[in-house]
Amino acid sequence: MTLDKLLIIAAALFCCGLYTVMTRRNAVAVLMGVELILNATNINFVAFSFFLTRVMGGQIFAVFVIVLAAAEAAVALAIFLRMFSTTGTVEVDAADQLKG
Amino acid sequence: MIRYAYIIPFLPLLSFFVNIAVGKRLPRKGDWLCLGTIAVALAMSIGIFYEVFRAYDPNFRYHIVFPWITVGSRALLNTGILIDNVTAVMLLVVTIVSTLVHLFSIGYMHGDPRYNRFFAYLSIFSFSMLGLVLAESFLFIYIFWELVGLSSYLLIGFWFEKKSASDAGKKAFIVNRVGDFGFLIGILIIYATCGVLGYDQVFLAIGEGKLSGTLLTLAGIGVFCGAIGKSAQFPLHVWLPDAMEGPTPVSALIHAATMVAAGVYLVGRVYPMFTPDAFLFIACFGLITLFLTASIALAQNDIKKVLAYSTCSQLGYMIMGLGVGGYTAGLAHLTTHAAFKACLFLGSGSVIHAVHSQDIQEMGGLRKKMPITFVTFLIATLAISGVPGFSGFYSKDMILGAALEFGMKSGNPLHMVFFIGALFTAGLTAFYMFRLVILTFFGAPKDHHKYDHAHESPASMWVPLVVLAGLSFSFWYSGWFGTLVQKPKSVANLAGISAPAKAATMEHAAVMAPAPQGEAVPVKEGELDASRGSAPGTGEHGQAPSHGTSAPAGHGADAEHDAHIAHTAHTYAMYSSVAVGTLGIFLAFVVYSFGWINPDRVANAVKPLYKFLQNKWYFDELYEATIINGSKALSRGLAWFDMHVVDGLVNLTAQIGVFVSFLVGKFDDYVVDGAVNGLASATTGSGSLLGRLQTGKLYHYVFVLAGGALIIFLIKAF
Repeated sequence: MTLDKLLIIAAALFCCGLYTVMTRRNAVAVLMGVELILNATNINFVAFSFFLTRVMGGQIFAVFVIVLAAAEAAVALAIFLRMFSTTGTVEVDAADQLKG
Repeated sequence: MIRYAYIIPFLPLLSFFVNIAVGKRLPRKGDWLCLGTIAVALAMSIGIFYEVFRAYDPNFRYHIVFPWITVGSRALLNTGILIDNVTAVMLLVVTIVSTLVHLFSIGYMHGDPRYNRFFAYLSIFSFSMLGLVLAESFLFIYIFWELVGLSSYLLIGFWFEKKSASDAGKKAFIVNRVGDFGFLIGILIIYATCGVLGYDQVFLAIGEGKLSGTLLTLAGIGVFCGAIGKSAQFPLHVWLPDAMEGPTPVSALIHAATMVAAGVYLVGRVYPMFTPDAFLFIACFGLITLFLTASIALAQNDIKKVLAYSTCSQLGYMIMGLGVGGYTAGLAHLTTHAAFKACLFLGSGSVIHAVHSQDIQEMGGLRKKMPITFVTFLIATLAISGVPGFSGFYSKDMILGAALEFGMKSGNPLHMVFFIGALFTAGLTAFYMFRLVILTFFGAPKDHHKYDHAHESPASMWVPLVVLAGLSFSFWYSGWFGTLVQKPKSVANLAGISAPAKAATMEHAAVMAPAPQGEAVPVKEGELDASRGSAPGTGEHGQAPSHGTSAPAGHGADAEHDAHIAHTAHTYAMYSSVAVGTLGIFLAFVVYSFGWINPDRVANAVKPLYKFLQNKWYFDELYEATIINGSKALSRGLAWFDMHVVDGLVNLTAQIGVFVSFLVGKFDDYVVDGAVNGLASATTGSGSLLGRLQTGKLYHYVFVLAGGALIIFLIKAF
């Protein structure tokens, strides 16, 4: 197991997440894509930390990101609920009322 | 009394202000106030005259000066009064005639809608005339000179509803301005050279030689120009006959007795400053006027016009008299003429009042209806005709004598023309005046309706006539006048001349021309022109002195000789003037009363001449054709210039302004506004363009985000 392989996995995961965010209309699916991107980032943090340093900074940062992602999911889902109750849908294209 | 003389002019001024302001509301419209003030002035004048007369001193002078305008401690201009014998006589003349005219006007102007204003105008005239008489400097005589011009204008145009009257007023004023301009130039020459304006100071300065030679002659002629205008001398005589459009008392007061005599008075006042050249100039104009206007009077049918031309002619006599050296004669004629001409004018006013016509061909036989007017008119006519015993004889005879003396002494045969012309005109005067009397008062009435209507005038009108007729006898004047009014010493051209020669010059008004050695030699008047051009010292030009006055040694005999000439001249003049006057009167009776000669046939026989005279030598037409049309043409030319050139320039400037504004407007519209609008549209355009980026689609943003990151990565990588 080398750093390169881990970075390739993370990049692939990031691309999957990005693809999901760009292509899916459903807000929940987009949120799932975001989670994939965050997790790709976590892999990078841990990989760099494990291979390049002697301290645990990267791992700790990954834990923070997981916590942040959980909070983000909670807030985002709450927004989606509010959105669903006003517009009747969770399509991200429908949420364009702020467009100038 | 003489100490209070300065009050005299202010009395009429007071009544002027009162009458012009509140005259309408005063009882009798304030005529009593004007009459009262002028009567007080008359009383004071009589008092002054009495004092002067009692002194019986030819050199009497009362002269006070107040500083008027002072700069620092130096008096720049003075005012004051000067009373000598001439002034005292003039004061008396002016106030007597003025008082009588005021009295006469009460009857004559009765019922006029502007009765109070008429009296106010008479008052301001009296004020100006008295001020003029009392003035002691050129400045003040000029101020009052213009004031009498103004009051003359107001009074001539008093009935301004009549176009002819308002025109006559304007004509008088404008024609007078021409002469006044010359007067002003004369005064300016004096002030520029002498730096003072009081008569005495000026004469002193001239005596010191500050002003001499040609310039002095010019100054004299300039001052005389004022007299030409005011005294209606040729060529400015045209205003006086037209001035008869004014009410008749005005004609008597202003245009016969006082104001027109102001010119003569002026010449007498500044007599010492005239050079022999100037005297010759004055005498020539007097001669031309007296003959020309008398000839016109022959063919006039308007009673006032005849008198007007006769006035011009008599003024010509006075001016000529002064010009030929007859100082006393000219001023005596001024005095006597004032009385008898005022009488004639008031008499004509009385006639006009009675028959309501001025045409003597509609009158006739009025002597029965208006006996007082007739008798007084006849007395005055006898006086003007120069019949012995009447005042006109006394004064006109003196003028003729002076003219003959001048002619005899000058040695130039041409100078006899003054005597011959004046003598011939004396005959004309007698003829036309008796023509007037005969046509008006004698014979059968020509218009019965008017004759029946005629009546004698009220007492306020005939009393002045009687008084003035009484003053037309010569015993009032003979004796004292010649003693008190004596020719002042000339101050001109006298620098460096020995005393005896000076005295001789004074006596004869002969010309002085310095001889080569600087010794004085009197030269004949006739050679004046020759000697004038040559500089002093080139005696060859000065010609030989005449009648034995070559050396001071021969002087005593010369004076005797001259006295002899003077005596002879006056004797001849007296006989010839009586003869000519009688002839004129006789001819008038022959033609108009006895009917031996039919005047119409005579007029027909010399029709062109008659027409020429009747049309006043075509002077009005001549002026119309030359001066008036010339001025009009000039005005039109200037108007054209104004319209096309000046206005053209102005309009061009305006056009340029409009064009520049147009350009600036366009610049504003397109450049400035363009910039502002361009900025705005650029903002909106860029706004709308950039707004398109903001799609609201999440995946677009993410795409851009990712794309941007990719680009950054690629840039970093390579």
